[in-house]
Amino acid sequence: MTDVVIVGAGIVGAACAYELAQAGATVELLDPNIPGSGATAAGMGHLVDLDDDLSRYSVNLWHQLAPQLPKQAEFWNCGTLWIAANDAEMEEARRKPGVELLDAKQLYEAEPHLRPGLAGGAVAKGDAVVYAPVATRWLLEQAKAKVTRRAVTSLDEIQAGAVICATGAMTAKLLPELPIRPRKGHLAITDRYPGLVQHQLVELGYMTSAQGESNESVAFNVQPRPTGQLLIGSSRQYNVETTEIDPPILDRMLTRAFELLPVLRDCNVIRTWTGFRASTPDKIPLIGHLRGNLYLATGHEGLGVTTSLGTAKILAAEILRRPSPLPPAPYRPERFQT
Amino acid sequence: MKHYDVAILGAGPAGLAAARVATGTVVLIDDNPQPGGQIWRGAPQIPVPAHVDFLPQTKVFDAQPGFTLQTVPHGPIRAAKLILATGARELFFPFPGWTEPNVFGAGGLQALVKSGKPIQNQRVLIAGSGPLLLAVAATLKKAGANIVGIAEQAPLGRIVPFLLRYPAKLPQAIALRASLLGVPYWTNTWVTRFSNGTATLNNGRTLNIDHLATGFGLVPNTEIAQLLGCRLDDGFVVVDSHGQTTVPGVYCAGEPTGIGGLDKALAEGAGQPYNGAFVRDLAQAFALNPALYDLAEPATLICRCETVTKAECQPYREWRDAKLQTRCGMGACQGRLCGPITQRLFGWTPSSVRPPLVPVPARYLATAQTPPAPESGRSENAPPAHR
Ligand SMILES: Cc1cc2nc3c(=O)[nH]c(=O)nc-3n(C[C@H](O)[C@H](O)[C@H](O)COP(=O)(O)OP(=O)(O)OC[C@H]3O[C@@H](n4cnc5c(N)ncnc54)[C@H](O)[C@@H]3O)c2cc1C
Ligand SMILES: Cc1cc2nc3c(=O)[nH]c(=O)nc-3n(C[C@H](O)[C@H](O)[C@H](O)COP(=O)(O)OP(=O)(O)OC[C@H]3O[C@@H](n4cnc5c(N)ncnc54)[C@H](O)[C@@H]3O)c2cc1C
Repeated sequence: MTDVVIVGAGIVGAACAYELAQAGATVELLDPNIPGSGATAAGMGHLVDLDDDLSRYSVNLWHQLAPQLPKQAEFWNCGTLWIAANDAEMEEARRKPGVELLDAKQLYEAEPHLRPGLAGGAVAKGDAVVYAPVATRWLLEQAKAKVTRRAVTSLDEIQAGAVICATGAMTAKLLPELPIRPRKGHLAITDRYPGLVQHQLVELGYMTSAQGESNESVAFNVQPRPTGQLLIGSSRQYNVETTEIDPPILDRMLTRAFELLPVLRDCNVIRTWTGFRASTPDKIPLIGHLRGNLYLATGHEGLGVTTSLGTAKILAAEILRRPSPLPPAPYRPERFQT
Repeated sequence: MKHYDVAILGAGPAGLAAARVATGTVVLIDDNPQPGGQIWRGAPQIPVPAHVDFLPQTKVFDAQPGFTLQTVPHGPIRAAKLILATGARELFFPFPGWTEPNVFGAGGLQALVKSGKPIQNQRVLIAGSGPLLLAVAATLKKAGANIVGIAEQAPLGRIVPFLLRYPAKLPQAIALRASLLGVPYWTNTWVTRFSNGTATLNNGRTLNIDHLATGFGLVPNTEIAQLLGCRLDDGFVVVDSHGQTTVPGVYCAGEPTGIGGLDKALAEGAGQPYNGAFVRDLAQAFALNPALYDLAEPATLICRCETVTKAECQPYREWRDAKLQTRCGMGACQGRLCGPITQRLFGWTPSSVRPPLVPVPARYLATAQTPPAPESGRSENAPPAHR
């Protein structure tokens, strides 16, 4: 019998496979699709410390892994520049731990194409970007995991010491009792403009969009790719299940991007696409034991590339009955069980 | 937003023939500076009718039901009826050296020469497949090029029966051949390698040349039809005897319904069905020899935009997988060039079509719902994209 079967070969499933294989377990993954082709292929791959234990710990783990990653994983320690539009947001920037504050003058030195009139910003130097589909495949290869192309219809039928459900936004299809909702996002990528933008640029208001429950929201989030391309985000929508581009929301998202980075208006977009985040009511993932031999590693909202590595450490510790690197309670699935 | 009764996409022979008979308010859209399409290139034998609004240098990058065409630089344009006459593009096929600077698409080199590129006394080898090679040779010879030969990969045994079945095409073929007096036409012949000005043929011969022009056939431009949900069969748009696609109100004429050249484009543009057997027989006569599929070496580029080699592509069984891992098809052309290649070389199914069909300034995507503010059209403030 295989020690561990993981359902879902996105970056979260792959990170769990890697961690458990390091501990000596034999691992098999089940996924009807190509590994890393779900939310993992749709997302931005921004490795970002959002001032919580899990993301901070995970960004550190990415730095430890980075020297081993293949070149095609495009790991790049470009840092995040949080943009403060006004004095109130500048106050917020000052409250961020471990950042370097920029006044208006320093802001424009760092990013000359931002619109005039901004108050300043904060640079998180440890943040980075990674190309997640390649990282996913690399983690699976390191784990020497068997990947079987199969859609799972019932988690209870799987014979294994432990079964991990890592099905992301699709989780409620298998486990309808869990409060996980797909949250659609749009992205656009430009042609190559090397040097136009130096940091991942995010407005401080991004957190309101990400952590709020509004049915539809957009926020400024622009990433320079190592190729010189610019990845433009971000949008969040509940209650839409189709993958098609929604022109009004794309319009809103781009309009917001132009407001802060006017030069984007004239940059050529070569492709647009959408993806689904797995959203929980408290925007914190579900990591840990559910019932019988079944464990969860899902619900990573817009942060699962970052937190995949930390998730895997916490879950592997629980399965292997080892000490957990972080207090596991905040992530336990039972918080939603009444 | 401007409303028309009819929008015709493409001002080649098919689109111009359609414009001539279209009634009501009509707009004719083309991305080239002048009407004429591929064959007439700015010297159209059918003029743009006076009642038609002609929008040159206009790119259609999206089409929505109802119908709305999203264009650069004119923004959205609405029309009750659409006629897609979007023509075809050349099929490029990889062999060692195909990405060297003096290797051209045959039709592309023809267009460059027509628009003034000097070619006088330069040694040109034309290689690939199909009647287009002869047309290109004739244009280049007229412009003073020294055509060292035409290498046609199809065997003579397939070309002659084809010509005999369509005697109406014979005078055209003979006239072309006569204009190429003294130019050798080698059948069953192809270039296996090109390096430093030397082309090696499959029979072992080597030729020193200044330019190599290659064309392995045509790929229909069906992207807009696909966006609108028109049914395709074996890569071509399905139409009824009136030229209507499976989407009511969307018509299609010329190369996208089957590669058949000028006569077919003119007939279909005018709303008359064309002999389907000709299209099939033409495709069969010049079908690519599978030996061509083995020419690319491990280090030969397959995706030019993202510089991905054959060896990098080979481990993958599906395009999506290869794309995610190698970036093949992720560049500025979005697989328009390498899609038809990987389909033949690796059996990958081309990925679905989505807007924007061509790179467009981001501001055009932000006005998809509301018309853009009037602008000069050419305020390209962004630095030029870097390849
Ligand atoms: C627009 C957008 C931008 C984002 N930006 C960032 C970012 O900048 N930084 C960041 O850290 N995160 C970002 N994210 C979030 C991140 O992409 C996801 O949290 C992460 O990829 C989730 O990984 P996963 O493995 O849980 O899910 P997925 O990658 O979706 O993997 C789940 C897998 O499960 C499989 N599956 C589903 N159902 C079944 C079944 N029944 N049987 C078998 N297999 C099944 C699917 O085929 C899929 O392959 C973004 C997401 C989006 C949508
Ligand atoms: C490079 C090339 C050279 C050729 N040379 C010859 C030749 O010398 N002799 C010969 O007999 N045949 C030639 N052909 C074959 C040619 O396809 C047909 O003979 C004939 O031109 C077909 O007519 P058509 O109207 O169907 O398409 P085309 O003549 O190709 O016209 C289609 C027009 O639509 C435009 N278009 C397509 N998509 C869009 C869009 N999204 N937005 C705006 N405009 C768009 C194109 O730019 C083009 O101007 C050539 C083909 C190619 C590809």
